[in-house]
Amino acid sequence: MSAIADRQPDLAALRLAAAGREPWRGLDELADTAEFRRFVEAEFPATAERLPLSLDRRTLLKLMGASLSLAGLTACSEAERIVPYVHQPENIIPGKPLYYATALASDGYGIGAVVESHEGRPTKIEGNPDHPASRGATDAVMQAAVLSLFDPERSRAPLKQGEPASYGDFLKEIAGLAGGSIASGGQGLALLVEATTSPTAKAQINALKARYPRLRVFRHDPLAAGSGEQATAKLFGRALAPIYHFDRADVIVSLDADFLGDGPGRLAYARQFADRRRVRKATDTMSRLYVIESTPTITGAAADHRRAVRPSAVESIAAAIKAALEGDNHEAEPAWASALVEDLRGAGRNALVVPGAHQTEFVHALAFAMNARLDAIGNTLEFIEPPDALGTDGDLASLCQAIAGRLVDTVVVLGSNPLHTAPSDIDVRKAFSDLKLLVHWGLYRDETAFLARWHIPAAHELEGWSDIRAYDGTASIVQPLVEPLFGGKSLHQLLAALGGEFNADMQALVRRTWAAMDEPAWRKALRDGVVPNSTARPVAVGMAADIGAGARRVSADGPLEVRFVADPWLRDGRYANSSWLQELPRPLSKLVWGNVALISPATAQRLGLGNGRVVNLARNGRDLDAPVWITPGQPDNTVTLSLGFGRKIGSVATMAEGYDAFALRTADAAWFADGLVLTVRDGSARVATTQHHQAMEGRAIIRHATLDAFRHDPHFVRDGAPTEPTESLYPDWSYDQEAWGMAIDQSACIGCMACVSACQAENNIATVGPDEAARGHEMHWLRIDRYYAGAIDDPDIFFQPVPCMHCEKAPCEVVCPVNATTHTHDGLNAQVYNRCIGTRYCSQNCPYKVRRFNFFGYQEFDKQSAGPQQAARNPDVTVRSRGVMEKCTYCVQRISEKRIRAQIENREIADGEVVTACQQACPTQAIVFGDLNKKGSGVAREKAAPHNYALLEELNTRPRTTYLGKITNPNDRIAGKSRAEAANG
Amino acid sequence: MPQVFSKSANGISRLVLWGACFMAIFAAVAGTAILRSDFVTGARHPMAQPVPFSHKHHVGDIGLDCRYCHNGVETSASAGLPATEVCMTCHSQLFTNAEMLAPVRASLASGRPLQWQRVNSVPDFVYFNHSIHIAKGVACETCHGDVDDMPLMQRAHSLSMEWCLGCHRDPGPNLRPPQDVFLLHWKPPQDIEQIRRSLISILDIHPKTMTDCYVCHR
Repeated sequence: MSAIADRQPDLAALRLAAAGREPWRGLDELADTAEFRRFVEAEFPATAERLPLSLDRRTLLKLMGASLSLAGLTACSEAERIVPYVHQPENIIPGKPLYYATALASDGYGIGAVVESHEGRPTKIEGNPDHPASRGATDAVMQAAVLSLFDPERSRAPLKQGEPASYGDFLKEIAGLAGGSIASGGQGLALLVEATTSPTAKAQINALKARYPRLRVFRHDPLAAGSGEQATAKLFGRALAPIYHFDRADVIVSLDADFLGDGPGRLAYARQFADRRRVRKATDTMSRLYVIESTPTITGAAADHRRAVRPSAVESIAAAIKAALEGDNHEAEPAWASALVEDLRGAGRNALVVPGAHQTEFVHALAFAMNARLDAIGNTLEFIEPPDALGTDGDLASLCQAIAGRLVDTVVVLGSNPLHTAPSDIDVRKAFSDLKLLVHWGLYRDETAFLARWHIPAAHELEGWSDIRAYDGTASIVQPLVEPLFGGKSLHQLLAALGGEFNADMQALVRRTWAAMDEPAWRKALRDGVVPNSTARPVAVGMAADIGAGARRVSADGPLEVRFVADPWLRDGRYANSSWLQELPRPLSKLVWGNVALISPATAQRLGLGNGRVVNLARNGRDLDAPVWITPGQPDNTVTLSLGFGRKIGSVATMAEGYDAFALRTADAAWFADGLVLTVRDGSARVATTQHHQAMEGRAIIRHATLDAFRHDPHFVRDGAPTEPTESLYPDWSYDQEAWGMAIDQSACIGCMACVSACQAENNIATVGPDEAARGHEMHWLRIDRYYAGAIDDPDIFFQPVPCMHCEKAPCEVVCPVNATTHTHDGLNAQVYNRCIGTRYCSQNCPYKVRRFNFFGYQEFDKQSAGPQQAARNPDVTVRSRGVMEKCTYCVQRISEKRIRAQIENREIADGEVVTACQQACPTQAIVFGDLNKKGSGVAREKAAPHNYALLEELNTRPRTTYLGKITNPNDRIAGKSRAEAANG
Repeated sequence: MPQVFSKSANGISRLVLWGACFMAIFAAVAGTAILRSDFVTGARHPMAQPVPFSHKHHVGDIGLDCRYCHNGVETSASAGLPATEVCMTCHSQLFTNAEMLAPVRASLASGRPLQWQRVNSVPDFVYFNHSIHIAKGVACETCHGDVDDMPLMQRAHSLSMEWCLGCHRDPGPNLRPPQDVFLLHWKPPQDIEQIRRSLISILDIHPKTMTDCYVCHR
């Protein structure tokens, strides 16, 4: 929680405080508020404050007696059974996981995955290195797929008007419908689909259209933005999708595009981008990124120059840049824009201008025209046929019109949840209530399912057969890891049933689409996770001379603008019932279990608002209440609202505290709008954020420099850094075999949180819920600290992943009274759960605050009450109980597995053989893990870089986890930012 | 005033004091012994099974190899238990009508697996791996005892942490050439001491690292 609540912060003083000091974590730290001090002085302040001040003798004896007698109970165990197979499947050896390639959907587009399965139980998602959209990486949301697969609240049976019914009854009704539709040509029948790139679904829908000529297909996709397609349709004569090549770009300009954090190609783009930002020696070069954005994103945080502007101003800025690029009118520009234009010109066809998907058609046209002008099209920018192209009769609004016009009386909703995600000016409930028949197919009994006559449970993407295309058109076969747990049906089965094919086999429906492949080719495609030669070929385009004109005008300074963003984890709310995602801190705000309205410090000052203050936001007669959150780097007079919260269904989703931003969203202003009216309410709301938890008090935590400064002094991380003592009172260890270590490149880290999510999935890390999280009890072994530096209105933003440092002189080891944390021969700082008695001395003595304590029984041990979700647990990692300390182990289960394999084969562990979960998930390969004793190993090479440093090295802990200082590449012609000097801080 | 305590009270109080000391020591010794006894650890206690499977018959009399049924032992953490169909490879031909085998036939017919009582078990926080022990020359019989003398399976050793550590601290006495690990009643050759010393270096065994906590706990 934040303390800048209920009172107006003195922002003028904060501005002064921010100037010329070390990076800071948040405004509370700058103000040095009591709340921030609480978290710095006690790791878990709420717990300390709850303890009675003095314990009387009687209470002490009672507690000790109880502890002693309860301690004995832990030894009790019950008889176990072994249940072997009846017929053992050919490839399964109990105790050895199998890995299957498949693809997971992200807003309809595929990202390749390799899923680990233990005796038929999928437990972990990894990226598929052969898949272009993954390249071995995953994102935070993909990791949670195993949790949603085993979600006990998934719908378990077909429901007819809310009562359990059989699928056979449904088929009977559908058979009647299909029979009638044949006669009428599908009159009155409509499908409502969401974004899909599945070739099978496309073929099936086309077949349905051929069968029922009057069938209408509508598409509802609340997170889609059609302006890019509209722009290309106008410019090139047909709708095309842009593909960017950040690895070829020297200068990148983002016009409100969050290409690292959003969009179907984000993982590939992040990899390409980071590959051009790795500097190890003075001769290395790097790309330069300018970001003009309307709300802080991780792309903006990665930028060398970032400008926060109101969403409506992006258009005019883009137009001005284009004008400057084409003409020689430099005078009208601000200095930074003319420097940017010069940079673009210098880069020529290695420049790239990226429009934000949600921005206007005109911004897209301007960006494409600039790329054409720079001759970048064909190099850094290519166009392909849109992989999600599907001829539809319109969107949700058109469907509701058609229902009102009596053109449609039967709707089959496939996957989406329009009752929650519709724009507020469309009354879907009223429209759907007028229907003769509403069928809903989905994973949950959601808002739409409650209204539907029939609800059919969907097969999870890990349960069903399908196919899907990636952002670049590459097709993958989606293969199931398990039989449908709750009898769910695949999208293809439902479409087949509508076409009169009632008992279609899930696999056969997909196989039919790929009939051209023979059996070996099909098997190879399944094994590899990609269909060979399916990548879309770039289309040659000719740029239209006239790119049209912008319709939007920048609104005056007074009124507020609203900017909608999808929650990075919950998306449109479809993942709201996933506790992993609810509790995963948002990359920049570090908020958990809720959403807020982001406002800039200056706007907060103008309106007299403090963090957590509830305000009423109204627009066009609709309104909602939300707590405000003062966000450095947010443009002035702009309020950012995130979609995905405020769900009323699902036990996890309803635990979250948040508002439903769909209530304010309208069809004509899906992503931003002006005319927002803010009224301050009385009182404030609790906002759970982890930004002050586990704070390290020390100097020079983040060290950064410009590329020029690095070239001048490659060892800039040493400048002014406290010196590391050479003598130690702690015992010396010798590392004769491996010496595991980790190097984290802060230039490559984009703060996307994939590593944290992967760590949670791999290590059976518990979620604690909103109340516990607000107390600082969250259990993530790996956190990403976000730091700001510079002016509070437009700061530089840094990310720093902090796992256990595995100190060679570990302060935690010497204070454990029961030797539960010990040093191993290869330098791991091992935690022995069964020995830990929970004194928490180790955590007190850890300067990095990386240890986590189970204050309560966060994990369910009873097999009956734990429910299906226990199946998502990794069997190679202990599930921890109450009263036990835990922390990052460098994925010791993975080390053990590889060591055993190497020992059986009587060889050394190869470099790169042991891959930690965080390292494997990282889209930018910012994390390198390996053996420091092995000459030439990847991690040894990284640590030999001149800008490698350890956190708090003055404490002489000799951490095995070290960091490469962040190197940025600002344009020295742009003044106003104090980045020219190498700054330690 | 008469004495409150008679003279014998001295003796009684001495007896009580010394007796208390003795009882405390006795309790400690007895407690330690009981915790290590077969009664508590469950060692050498045959367990009832749904089918009275006899290792004595199958291994001792017939001479089946361990790996015929426990086929994961060389590659996986878990040695594995035979699927019903493995039992039925032979028993579809032999003793086809034996009463004793009715549950096995029923399992195959119904597809419902047999549920065996676990005999050799370690706590959930112990991650034991069979394959590495086999690869390094620790024989089946070293831990599981003479299974060919067991009509019903029983635990041969306590499988306590103390017992595991005994070997992890000094594996030498329990090693044999890896090709012999599946043999029962193995007689060490004359030069076994030398063989064991060379095995430690050839198989790259590092006793110093084998007592790190995370070798078994993680």
